Amino acid sequence: MTYGPAPMVPFEIDLSSIARRSVASLYSHLVTRPTGRALRLGIESQIGELGAACLSVLDFTQVVVLDYSCADEAVAKLMQRYHGADRPAEVYFVARGLGEQHREPIEAVLERYGMALAAEVEESGFVLLGSATADEREVWAALESRRAALPPEIAQALDVEEREATMLLDVLGERRVLLRHPDGRYLALSSLLSATSRMPPGNGGGPIAGAA
Amino acid sequence: MKLITLPASLDERTFDVVARGLDGDPGERCLFDGSHVRWADPYGMIGLLAVGTVAGRTAERPVLRLPEQPDVLSYMARMAFFEHADPVFEAHGPVRRSRQDGPSDVLLEITAINSHADVHSVVDLVNERGMTILTKQLNYPVREAFQFSVVLSEVCQNIIEHAETGGWVATQRYTWTKRLAGRKVVVIAVMDLGVGFRQSLASAHAARHGEAGRFTDASALEAAFLHGQTRFHDPGRGQGLQQIRKQVGRWNGRVSIRSGSARIADVPDWDDFPPLEENLPFVPGSQIGIILPARVSAGVVPEPARVAKGEVQ
Repeated sequence: MTYGPAPMVPFEIDLSSIARRSVASLYSHLVTRPTGRALRLGIESQIGELGAACLSVLDFTQVVVLDYSCADEAVAKLMQRYHGADRPAEVYFVARGLGEQHREPIEAVLERYGMALAAEVEESGFVLLGSATADEREVWAALESRRAALPPEIAQALDVEEREATMLLDVLGERRVLLRHPDGRYLALSSLLSATSRMPPGNGGGPIAGAA
Repeated sequence: MKLITLPASLDERTFDVVARGLDGDPGERCLFDGSHVRWADPYGMIGLLAVGTVAGRTAERPVLRLPEQPDVLSYMARMAFFEHADPVFEAHGPVRRSRQDGPSDVLLEITAINSHADVHSVVDLVNERGMTILTKQLNYPVREAFQFSVVLSEVCQNIIEHAETGGWVATQRYTWTKRLAGRKVVVIAVMDLGVGFRQSLASAHAARHGEAGRFTDASALEAAFLHGQTRFHDPGRGQGLQQIRKQVGRWNGRVSIRSGSARIADVPDWDDFPPLEENLPFVPGSQIGIILPARVSAGVVPEPARVAKGEVQ
């Protein structure tokens, strides 16, 4: 028996295109709860069709305006569904194409639920948005800069006990902002994102085995 | 007929004067005499629609004597006041001018908000025509100009989510000659005549505020405005107003909410508006006013606003 994550199906979602499809092809701005709800249902449906563990990439590149109500439905409530013990699938979320105008509403809604999200923000690179302790952020950033690492590497980099580094990495894994590989390494979700971006357009992608 | 003389300036500061005119027999028809109105802003115009609607609920459709000043009439026409006033008032006075006369500084004419689709229309329209005003005249960075749309979106959704009825929104750019040393400002007004904050929160929150009778309009406003309480048992709810306060505070603006017989406000240092008022003339629903001053220069960090009760922002 093997332990660790199932093979990941990379899964990229252009939020603006989903919004247009789900909300009567009218709205380019992600505002209001019904828009966010429609987005969430659309994304959940696509995740459901994949029927496997997947990395869900929320792409905000084409999104101009994002309000708090829409962010609550389309980001926080979406993630919440896949964080609970009764989650319907093993899904990890990464946001990308975030401008500063998106960052604040997403941070605000994540903090309300005590959740965190790995996100690529313009001019900042990959950052951890939402709720996290200073220690968690430090460990997450150390892993992010290495893309993949074993606990001793993180412990050495941060000058902490290996046991403490392992514990924090596991906490972050449970919070689904990084991934523990069966070979003992921990993977930054951005490393998986690089793998998804190499997939042909429109392809749900194949399993990523040990991407790093 | 009950005569209600409209003040020379129709705005948030004179709204209570207009509302107080409804005192007395609610079955008596009202005459709103606007002949001496010399200035009106979005809050004043929507407020007049709101008070007129209330008057018409219990008596014959009220009469509105229109302003005599042609430029006031012209401006009211540009703001689409008369389209919305038609079902509310029997208007008496000079011929109305078309609203096609150059809406150069009008960010958003009076617009009915009855559905989420209306909120989308408002955001689309403001993004389309308002960016130049916000970035060039009010000196907001582009990113913050987009946040203006977010504020409008959240404040309009407040009507749909909580009022259980429709409402209106309007926003306009002005140059203030007296206050703020001639700086430009944007005024936003959003109003509805729905259930109001007290009734909206009563079922879920009255118990924690003591007996239902002690759960007043003021305590309901404090619960929602200061503490983000809402009738929904959902951690994602109740943040709209909090985020509006945060954003308006960053811009060194003022935001106020009037509901029932109370008003609460975040008041910046440049203003002398009272942070909390009670025992105002009753008006159903909620009336929200936001004033955003132009940035003095890029990089200026505004001083924090005073809040209604010793709360740290």
